Amino acid sequence: MKTFSIGGVHPHDSKISANAAIESFPIPEVAYISMGQHLGAPAEPIVAPGDKVKVGQLIANANGFISAPVHSSVSGTVKGIEIIKDLAGNPCKAVVIEVEGDEWVETIDRSEEIAREIKLDSKEIIEKIKECGVVGLGGATFPTNVKLSPPPGKKAEFLIINGAECEPYLTSDYRVLLEMPEQVLIGAAIMMKALNVTQGFVGIEENKPEAIRIMTEKAKAYPQIKIVSLKKKYPQGGEKQLIDAVVGRKVPSMGLPIDTGAVVQNVGTALAVYEAVQKNKPLFEGIMTITGECCPQQKNYKHRVGTPLSKMIESVGGVPEAAAKAISGGPMMGKAIANLDAPTLKGSSSVLFLTEEQTKRQPESNCIRCGKCIEACPMGLEPYLLNKLAKAGRMDDLEAGKIYDCIECGCCLYTCPAYIPLLDNIRLAKANVMKIMRSRPKK
Amino acid sequence: MKKLLVSPSPHIHGKDNTKSLMRDVVIALLPTVAVSIYCFGLSALKLALVGVLACVAVEYVIAKFMLKTKVTICDYSAVITGLLLALNVPINTPWWVVVIGSIVAIGVAKMTFGGLGQNLFNPALVGRVFLLISFPVIMTDWSTPESTFGFAFDGVSGATPLGIVKEGLAQGMTLSQIYAEHNFSYAQMLFTRIGSAGEISAIALLLGFVYLLVRRVIRPHITLSIWGTVFVFSGILWLCNPEQFTDPIFNLLTGGMLLGSIFMATDYVTSPMEPKGMVIFGIGIGIITILIREFGAYPEGISFAILIMNATVPLINMFCKPKRFGKEAK
Amino acid sequence: MSTTIIFTVASLSVLGLLLAVVLYFVAQKFKVEEDPRIDIVEAIMPGANCGGCGQAGCRAFAEACTKADNLDSLFCPVGGNATMKKVADALGFEVAEKAPMVAVVRCNGTCENRPKTNVYDGAVSCAVKAALYSGDTGCKYGCVGCGDCVKACNFGALSMDPATGLPVVDEEKCAACGACVKACPKAVIELRNKGPKGRRVFVSCVSQDKGAVARKACKAACIGCGKCAKVCPFEAIKVENNVAYIDFNKCKLCTKCVAECPTGAIHKVNFPVKPAAPAAPAAPAAEKPAENNNNQEK
Repeated sequence: MKTFSIGGVHPHDSKISANAAIESFPIPEVAYISMGQHLGAPAEPIVAPGDKVKVGQLIANANGFISAPVHSSVSGTVKGIEIIKDLAGNPCKAVVIEVEGDEWVETIDRSEEIAREIKLDSKEIIEKIKECGVVGLGGATFPTNVKLSPPPGKKAEFLIINGAECEPYLTSDYRVLLEMPEQVLIGAAIMMKALNVTQGFVGIEENKPEAIRIMTEKAKAYPQIKIVSLKKKYPQGGEKQLIDAVVGRKVPSMGLPIDTGAVVQNVGTALAVYEAVQKNKPLFEGIMTITGECCPQQKNYKHRVGTPLSKMIESVGGVPEAAAKAISGGPMMGKAIANLDAPTLKGSSSVLFLTEEQTKRQPESNCIRCGKCIEACPMGLEPYLLNKLAKAGRMDDLEAGKIYDCIECGCCLYTCPAYIPLLDNIRLAKANVMKIMRSRPKK
Repeated sequence: MKKLLVSPSPHIHGKDNTKSLMRDVVIALLPTVAVSIYCFGLSALKLALVGVLACVAVEYVIAKFMLKTKVTICDYSAVITGLLLALNVPINTPWWVVVIGSIVAIGVAKMTFGGLGQNLFNPALVGRVFLLISFPVIMTDWSTPESTFGFAFDGVSGATPLGIVKEGLAQGMTLSQIYAEHNFSYAQMLFTRIGSAGEISAIALLLGFVYLLVRRVIRPHITLSIWGTVFVFSGILWLCNPEQFTDPIFNLLTGGMLLGSIFMATDYVTSPMEPKGMVIFGIGIGIITILIREFGAYPEGISFAILIMNATVPLINMFCKPKRFGKEAK
Repeated sequence: MSTTIIFTVASLSVLGLLLAVVLYFVAQKFKVEEDPRIDIVEAIMPGANCGGCGQAGCRAFAEACTKADNLDSLFCPVGGNATMKKVADALGFEVAEKAPMVAVVRCNGTCENRPKTNVYDGAVSCAVKAALYSGDTGCKYGCVGCGDCVKACNFGALSMDPATGLPVVDEEKCAACGACVKACPKAVIELRNKGPKGRRVFVSCVSQDKGAVARKACKAACIGCGKCAKVCPFEAIKVENNVAYIDFNKCKLCTKCVAECPTGAIHKVNFPVKPAAPAAPAAPAAEKPAENNNNQEK
């Protein structure tokens, strides 16, 4: 069974929402469509208060190379362009739309039929993906079209679809693989055509046997795409780890996946690409898991981007009594939600409720130098040392310790028996070190 | 409305914590303690209790009244130090000697450096070596206690196999003569022989080792590299002159080799943190142990070997870096 | 026996002599020419090596002083005017007196004024907390209360007040080195003129939120209403980004603004307690500090 070579941890699976089929979440009365839904520069709104918009209509343009346009997820009247608070409580610009009916842009193909034939050529596909505002849905929300256009001198050799979903609790990718396997495969085939590669892989962890079975079955029609079953280990879904696990190549330090000839895309992204290219449907919907042991209902929702999180939480009976923390994303890398009124984004994958017992941090004690953080680090770093250096502010030594290679997976803090907030300090120091590195004149 | 917690990721934690890891080490030592009680009777239990209580009390007093820091006696680390110290001294050691050892172990070797996680040398070993040098007679009196219940020992008394060999060689005897005179057998070495409470049963110690590995408390690198080095190094010497140097199996099973390599050398705080470093550390201990045993003045050398290698740990940690991800490309 | 001793002593003496000669010539050859005045100036310095002057340490500062044409741009905040006077005398410079400074915490966000909206559970570090999110209150500009400034202070002049959750500056100990200013991720702490008899007036809020939002998050926030700017006879107050700021070089300590401020965001400290403006809404709070030994009026 394949897996990545260094480190990793084995958190409990907890995929308790795995059997909940995807349901459409009702359209909200007011949608708050954030302009910062992707990595890079926020989009620039092109609508004005009072404008009538339809579902799928472009409401904001990409603002720079690494940016993505934003489309309306609802139909109605633009109430205004307001500063709202995102889930961390920080202000961000959003287009607020009062919903009236559900009128879609005519060009979107809303039929259920699966469109198998790929009519567009490589350039047109990338252009289409860009127009439709597709971004990576694995967490980083990096604009997909940029990822599908390797920089000059670099050549893609294969595409890897990330179906690992190694984070505990999350099941949105799993449900997509079960319910829309062929769409994902077509999406993969489209991206392979765009990249001009002939080899594709779908990496799925072994704890999802049903998904592996269905995908293997459907992939028979796509001989270029291989389904790879992976050993369950976190952080298998990390780009670098996944490439290592699936094809055994290692992304060099400071390098990009393309340096190994690999392009990695998430299952959700493949579906979005399929919808954009074959159905002409911009990215304005997403699949979200609402879960947690303390949560009375487990749900997988298809939501319109811009739906307030609080609406979705209400549908399962509000914040559960026992919940101490609400997390957007998985328990290992997700963000704690400080503002439950924040709207959903393209990249929202879940709302997870954890009880105090599950999530409350224990008081920190002395480092006993057990080396468990070193054993767990998937990048082969020394978190205990980086933490010490970070506290002492020794930037040169941090750089020598390759702190910039940290993928912030959280394995070190997860495993630390002394409950030292290793990643908290390392993450901050990494940002500072990278700032220093970027400010240096390029040789 | 209830206020939710907010923190950076990750939001969950593994099941291991300092306390549970230390508790596992105590559990792994229990078979050895049980065997020592079975063989030596209540005096073994008394030693263990004195060691544990003294260490915990010393740590409590120092943390509470001298350093005025958080008292950490609940994390079992002092319990381990006390147990190891008690298992390391002859069964007839008076209780006050163990208390002195505990004061040195916790007070000098651990708390002066800043408590758990800060010490350079293994506290239990510092305590033991202090006693060995300060009370040489008491610390080498291996006679069995009178209150022994269970069973009596056959043949040897008053000295450990290593001591007998050292003395015999010093008198100009060859090994085969010594073996013949004292009726040594490997089976005898695996279970029940003369020595400190922690040395008498190889099987109990190995049981503890397996438990630690299964619970993923320690990694096997240090222990296995010590065994491998001892086996190879003493094997070479033995092949050169089997009448002068003891054979590898004898070296692995006698003295504090197992207790030291499984429980003392693998102490988190005083051992390297990275596999390559662990192997270097283990090799160093193996070589120094055999050098002391075969050429030195003391019959047993693992305590000194571990302490000497403890001093090199910061250096080893500095030079042995883990294998970085993606280093080899460009 | 005696020959051995004599021989040993003699050979060692010869060896020592030889090496001494070698060392002398080597020392001459590789001698580093250093301005002897550096040592003199360094001896005058307080020796805290805090970096408050902008140099790497006291010796670096001494070196900079000896190289400089005048001392206008060099100032040791820890030693203050007295030290700079001595340095100037030693180097033959003229030095203008500078007003002594003190660190000022510009946040009113006590537990009472600024209710918590969530509970922070990460590493106890302002930098980590500020990088993570907007904070555990409705105000994203104010003090986050993890005490990075306290850790940064080399002089023990800062401490967290457990009652308010805000740092408190001990004016006696504060050397105005600016370490806390650098450590604060929210730029809440500012170095201000200590003022005559330590009297000074400042806006104790940095919230750039609009009035209603700021007020909702914190009862004593500056709402940017501009009343203080209008009442100020010396044009010392400016309102920018919804927050007022008092220029301490222009402020004449008339304290009219303190009385005018509707939320009590403007503080005056070290004024005699008696003439505290009775009309000011901040008055009830203003009576408290008399018995407080940190003598800061709130």
